[in-house]
Amino acid sequence: MIAEYGHFALILALVLAILQAVIPQIGAYAENRLWMATARPLVLGQSLFVTFSFGCLVALFINDDFSVRYVAENSNTLLPYRYKISAVWAAHEGSLLLWVLILSLWSLAVSIFSSSLPKHLIARVLGVMGFISVGFYLFVLFTSNPFDRSLPFFLLEGADLNPLLQDVGLIFHPPILYMGYVGLSVAFSFSIAALMAGSVDSAWARWVRPWTLIAWMFLTLGISLGSWWAYYELGWGGWWFWDPVENASFMPWLVCTALVHSLSATEKRGAFTNWTLLLAIIAFSLSLLGTFLVRSGVLTSVHAFATDPTRGIFILTFLIIVIGGSLLLFALRGPTKKRSKGFSVLSKEMFILINNLLLVGLTAMILLGTLYPLVSDVLGWGKISVGPPYFNLFFVPLTLLLGILMPIGSVLRWKKSDSVKVLYYFNGPLVCALFMGGLIPLFYGSYEVVAVVTIFVASWVVSVTARDVWQKSAHSRSRLHGFMRLNASYFGMIIAHIGVAVCIAGVGLTSVYSIQRDVRMEPGDQITVADYKFEFISIGPFKGPNFIADQAEITVTKNDLSVATLYPQKRRYLASGQTMTEASINSGIFRDIYVALGERLKGDAWALRVYVKPFVIWIWLGTLFIALGALVALTDKRYRRGHKKVIN
Amino acid sequence: MHPLRRYRLIMVIFAVVAASVSVALMVFALRENINLFYTPSSVVSGEAPTNVAIRVGGMVVKGSLVRAENSLLSVFKVTDGISEVEVRHDGILPDMFAEGGAAVATGELGENLIFTAVTVLAKHDENYMPPEVVFAMDEAYKRGKKLTREVNKSNNN
Repeated sequence: MIAEYGHFALILALVLAILQAVIPQIGAYAENRLWMATARPLVLGQSLFVTFSFGCLVALFINDDFSVRYVAENSNTLLPYRYKISAVWAAHEGSLLLWVLILSLWSLAVSIFSSSLPKHLIARVLGVMGFISVGFYLFVLFTSNPFDRSLPFFLLEGADLNPLLQDVGLIFHPPILYMGYVGLSVAFSFSIAALMAGSVDSAWARWVRPWTLIAWMFLTLGISLGSWWAYYELGWGGWWFWDPVENASFMPWLVCTALVHSLSATEKRGAFTNWTLLLAIIAFSLSLLGTFLVRSGVLTSVHAFATDPTRGIFILTFLIIVIGGSLLLFALRGPTKKRSKGFSVLSKEMFILINNLLLVGLTAMILLGTLYPLVSDVLGWGKISVGPPYFNLFFVPLTLLLGILMPIGSVLRWKKSDSVKVLYYFNGPLVCALFMGGLIPLFYGSYEVVAVVTIFVASWVVSVTARDVWQKSAHSRSRLHGFMRLNASYFGMIIAHIGVAVCIAGVGLTSVYSIQRDVRMEPGDQITVADYKFEFISIGPFKGPNFIADQAEITVTKNDLSVATLYPQKRRYLASGQTMTEASINSGIFRDIYVALGERLKGDAWALRVYVKPFVIWIWLGTLFIALGALVALTDKRYRRGHKKVIN
Repeated sequence: MHPLRRYRLIMVIFAVVAASVSVALMVFALRENINLFYTPSSVVSGEAPTNVAIRVGGMVVKGSLVRAENSLLSVFKVTDGISEVEVRHDGILPDMFAEGGAAVATGELGENLIFTAVTVLAKHDENYMPPEVVFAMDEAYKRGKKLTREVNKSNNN
């Protein structure tokens, strides 16, 4: 019965979502307070039912109810509990249920933390979110119902979760990424509501900013978790492939990053209002497009997903309605009143504008590369794939340019800065960055231009930022006092910008100095890679809960000092018979050592992949800083003050 | 012309030029970096270019995989049901690579019609087959049907 309860609850949630999409909107249009006030209870009801429905699916997985097709396809009695629960969102149907669950939780959060907002605005925002929910409920119920039973002939044992997904990555990556994806719907709904009302002001920007920051934080964490997961599990040491599925999550991130910056200009200076609204619409549209690309199976990806044309058509239609509708609304109702206050070339506004142009340009470039194979296939130009060289060609120089401009923009004043003072300001940091960039690569074997440039950019960001903090924390009483007086938004920005520097350094250095060897080894064999001596000690059987494996023991030494003992595995999963490589990694702040078993060649001889990757962990350290920066900025007082003030 | 209008005109011209230049650059770069997919039949018939990065895929022919004694070099054949192409790969084959399974290789075709792969992708569970391989098999099937029809026709005549 649990499956039926879950299904029924989902239908009820759909009904409530329809009401939520319609009644408050009419209320806002007809100035009916009662109708507007229905938004909150409807959101509460909708989220209770969808949460119950989700709970039912979890229960079905825990009870191994293989009469439900989705459970039978993605679980197994031998599967450990943590994977049984995360298997809920391991495939198409369940991940969409997670999508609507998270959407309803975001709606609930908006309805709870918005008591100070104008009634019209909140009714419209929740109405738009209700509309998006309806689309996804219909999608789940009509094309991808996770509660479908395979009666009367059901399986006694499940087919097991795809071994690739049996990993902690599955537990955290999808929910966090979806929090970000779906969180963009809040900024989107606020924009649509503002367009309907026909007014945007700095108060509006102040309400939207924290929601955008939270979504951006989750998106940052989600993408970097995915990249880290790919690094140790899926990709044989690759952490980014420019794969369509990765691009699908990266494009909304880039636009959201632009949005976070343009919102600050809208809030502080009333600048770029139209542009901000448009960015919010584009960001969420790209996240819907991402869902379409990933879920419809129109693109070939290294991360394989199920394909089904009816689903693709449904999402495509929904996509056209949402994107087309909101762009049309923007064209018709976009604020036309120019309140341009003007700004000079050396101003924060100008640099935010450049930042936005570069980020949107990067997004367009990635979109072109991602959709081109699709267009080419449809138009019969041949089946093609676009390789990483295309993406790197644009992404690397433009990102470095962004990195160079970023700290300048962050220290400039709004409207106009004194050019002489500014030039003087950057002298010290420039010398420092040139020095670091020129010197540090000397410590590594080869003197590479890429390394010089990345270290230059990274230390440029850090030194300008440090100089700025030093300057701004000066205070007549004491430096500590001055430091404490800086606001949380500023600290958030500083932390996030340092994060970008760390990330750039990690990407650049690991790309230049990584060493990879594919070798054939037998027990007793030795190989030296970048001063590290790897000795293949032995290989033997290993038994896991739902797999058997060959496990190798490999010792790593440097200058006769023991560094690590690694145990890479080649697993064979019992239910599906699939083979999986489980790499063994010794992580350090300055380098990762990575060993993976390839294939058994003959007897005890194996193909082995050995990596020494300097600074690779800096990539994810940097993204963690970026997310932390968003979190710190969220604690800024002015967002809380706005909450207490009651506006009618 | 009014100075404000002139300023706006310059800005618009600048924006249009900048946008066209960047789009042209992107498309140019895209054209340089795409890898076209060829079926084994089109490789054998000489349609595929040599010494250019392309992709070739199909089912791995059973019993065709040969490994070198002291290196990682492996040689195997992929087929679309009609023609076969020999693929050489000096590296680790993916976990799901198997004879009889689907594989797509990226690399270059030599003059001798031997394909040297840089990467090999393989996916073979019941639910998933690379779309390119499905395409290759379909094309070969169509070609095969046409061939039989022609043979039948000539027999009838």
